[in-house]
Amino acid sequence: MAEIILRDIEKYFGAVYVIRKLNLTIKHREFVVLLGPSGCGKTTTLRAVAGLEDVDSGDILIDGKPVQQLEAGDRDIAFVFQLFALYPHLTAYENIAFPLRATSESKASVEAKVRAVAKSLQIEHLLGKRPSALAGGDMQRVAIGRALVRRPKAMLMDEPMGALDAKLREEMRTELKRLHLENESTTVYVTHDQVEAMSLADRIAIMNEGVLQQVGTPDDVYHRPANLFVAQFVGSPVMNIAAANVKADGSRSLLALGKGAAPFEFPKSLIRHLSDAKANDLTVGIRPEGVLVSQTETAGYVPVTAHLIEPLGAYDIVDLKVGAQLVRARTASGYVSKVGARVWARLDPAQTHFFDTRTTDSLRIRLVDGAH
Amino acid sequence: MAHIRLDNVTKKFGLHAAVDGLTLDIADGEFFVLLGPTGAGKTTTLRLIAGLEKPDDGKIEIADQDVHQWSASERDVALVFQYYSLYPRYTVRQNLAFPLKSNARNCSQAEIDERIARAAKTLRIGHLLERKTDRLSGGEMQRVSIGRAIVREPRAFLMDEPLSNLDAKLRESLRAELKELQMKLKSTFLFVTHDQIEAMSMGDKVGILNEGKIVQVGTPYEIYNKPKNIFVASFVGSPSINLMPAELANGHVTALSGKLKIVAPRSKTNGAVTIGIRSEDITVGPKEQVAAHIHDVENHGVEKIVTLRVDDQFFKATAPSSLELKIDGTVKFSFNPDKLHFFDAASGASRA
Repeated sequence: MAEIILRDIEKYFGAVYVIRKLNLTIKHREFVVLLGPSGCGKTTTLRAVAGLEDVDSGDILIDGKPVQQLEAGDRDIAFVFQLFALYPHLTAYENIAFPLRATSESKASVEAKVRAVAKSLQIEHLLGKRPSALAGGDMQRVAIGRALVRRPKAMLMDEPMGALDAKLREEMRTELKRLHLENESTTVYVTHDQVEAMSLADRIAIMNEGVLQQVGTPDDVYHRPANLFVAQFVGSPVMNIAAANVKADGSRSLLALGKGAAPFEFPKSLIRHLSDAKANDLTVGIRPEGVLVSQTETAGYVPVTAHLIEPLGAYDIVDLKVGAQLVRARTASGYVSKVGARVWARLDPAQTHFFDTRTTDSLRIRLVDGAH
Repeated sequence: MAHIRLDNVTKKFGLHAAVDGLTLDIADGEFFVLLGPTGAGKTTTLRLIAGLEKPDDGKIEIADQDVHQWSASERDVALVFQYYSLYPRYTVRQNLAFPLKSNARNCSQAEIDERIARAAKTLRIGHLLERKTDRLSGGEMQRVSIGRAIVREPRAFLMDEPLSNLDAKLRESLRAELKELQMKLKSTFLFVTHDQIEAMSMGDKVGILNEGKIVQVGTPYEIYNKPKNIFVASFVGSPSINLMPAELANGHVTALSGKLKIVAPRSKTNGAVTIGIRSEDITVGPKEQVAAHIHDVENHGVEKIVTLRVDDQFFKATAPSSLELKIDGTVKFSFNPDKLHFFDAASGASRA
């Protein structure tokens, strides 16, 4: 059992206010990812939970009990770092068994535990090796094994895949997720990699400059971002953002990105939604997959020019020139034949997000109830 | 203007051939990406062209001239490194002016100012010119490093993983910027990376390097859709292409312990093969062919990547984000027969 509650946490480094009144509850058995750019306070938050960092105010509760007065070692929490932090002179077996040395367990019981953990990590054949003889991924597996062997209440991980190459990270992601399902330990995981966060998390807590921006499932933060920061931090390629003007036009409304560009058609209801939301200046956001592209002139589509094409194999990312504005679209591989080509584009109303330019908050306008 | 040619170039460090009989042809004005894993010989190749290393064997030509006797500076190519090597206590302007102040170049102050202004405009760093470089962000520093290469107006740009120290968001935007820059300057770019997304998205041509040898050269489209062997097939694309043993007989492919049987699209010789299929070429849904266990589901926002298991074989499929998929549940899938790759089971060479 482990439920972790952070209540009004504040932390200063000298004059720098690194965590600002943070409130977050991590439920029993939940996998929560703290996501944000470097310097956003995510690692400091994690270290505070671990007991490696004191907070200046607020409470940290594990299973309802305040833990600020407890040493790191007494919190029954395991920590996995980006750098493997293994003992170089010990074998993989001895490294994994290390946390059990202080317990009065029998040799047989220690061995059973080490072997069970090694089996779930598929490193049984490596147990006799020293860290220097292991590849990066295997070192991190040993480090995770060492954290798991005590069966801690909670696992805290600080960018554990940061030092691994792309292919290995992909594999380790799946392994880690399966491991979490089997062990059911409450996990808090820190990363700046949104793909990792989206792939692993039950819920993602997105931080920027010490402030929690949004907490939600991967679907929430991707499809219903609370503000411009979240909208642009999650998703790759990044969401298109532009200042926009909307005006009524008969049975529809017209949305123009900047001056002089041909406007995109939207449902008339947008006008009402915007006036209900009391929006001042409007910023629209749309992900590349929400920009629909046609090779032929199509009703409701606007003529645009292909400015740049990035072929990514499974699909292409095409930068379209809409007046003075660039809008990135995701198309089928090879759909837009060459740079300079004229094509037609439309912004899918169901996938368009509307933000207040001044506050950067989402206006929570959803035009068509799509799949999400 | 520079057409770069390497003819059978070998470079050894001790007994180890870092570059091994390498032949490469980079057209004038081309954006060529050299892609490969760590230790493939990418950086050594770049340093050989730049004149920072001498080959043990073979010939290097820049603009149809053998450059063997030429020093690095005579070759007139600009190098941009992974670590921005800027002078920390100087302003951006001073850093940009520095390569132009050498006696060999003999630039007038007016010309220096003009070149800096032009580079600053291209890279959108005009507002940073009077700032000290230690007060720049990573992305700004890398733009200034590139600016320092641009002001020299070199015959070619050689770039050694210039984006790898930047965070993901910045890499993404600089990728597009670099590609745009190259299109604007129309110069020859040789760009070295281990990141297949960078290679695919920027390169006019991609050369895949492994153990000092070129494995395949082609457009991103060719590399992705017609890989020469399993090494190339698995090096490009994310998630990695799925590979599994299969049996070809009487115009049919049989895989997954006989559970999957599809008509082979082209006539193939019979026998054991390795088949490859990319995740986007596997369709998942209630109406598909074969049942599989759902081992993992990754939400990527725009789509889901689902790891499926049939007996002991794992493979990944791309599913629409709206499809409901539960870990440890069951789902049906089909392979798109037109998108199957066939590789020799022993050598890994493509049999297409």
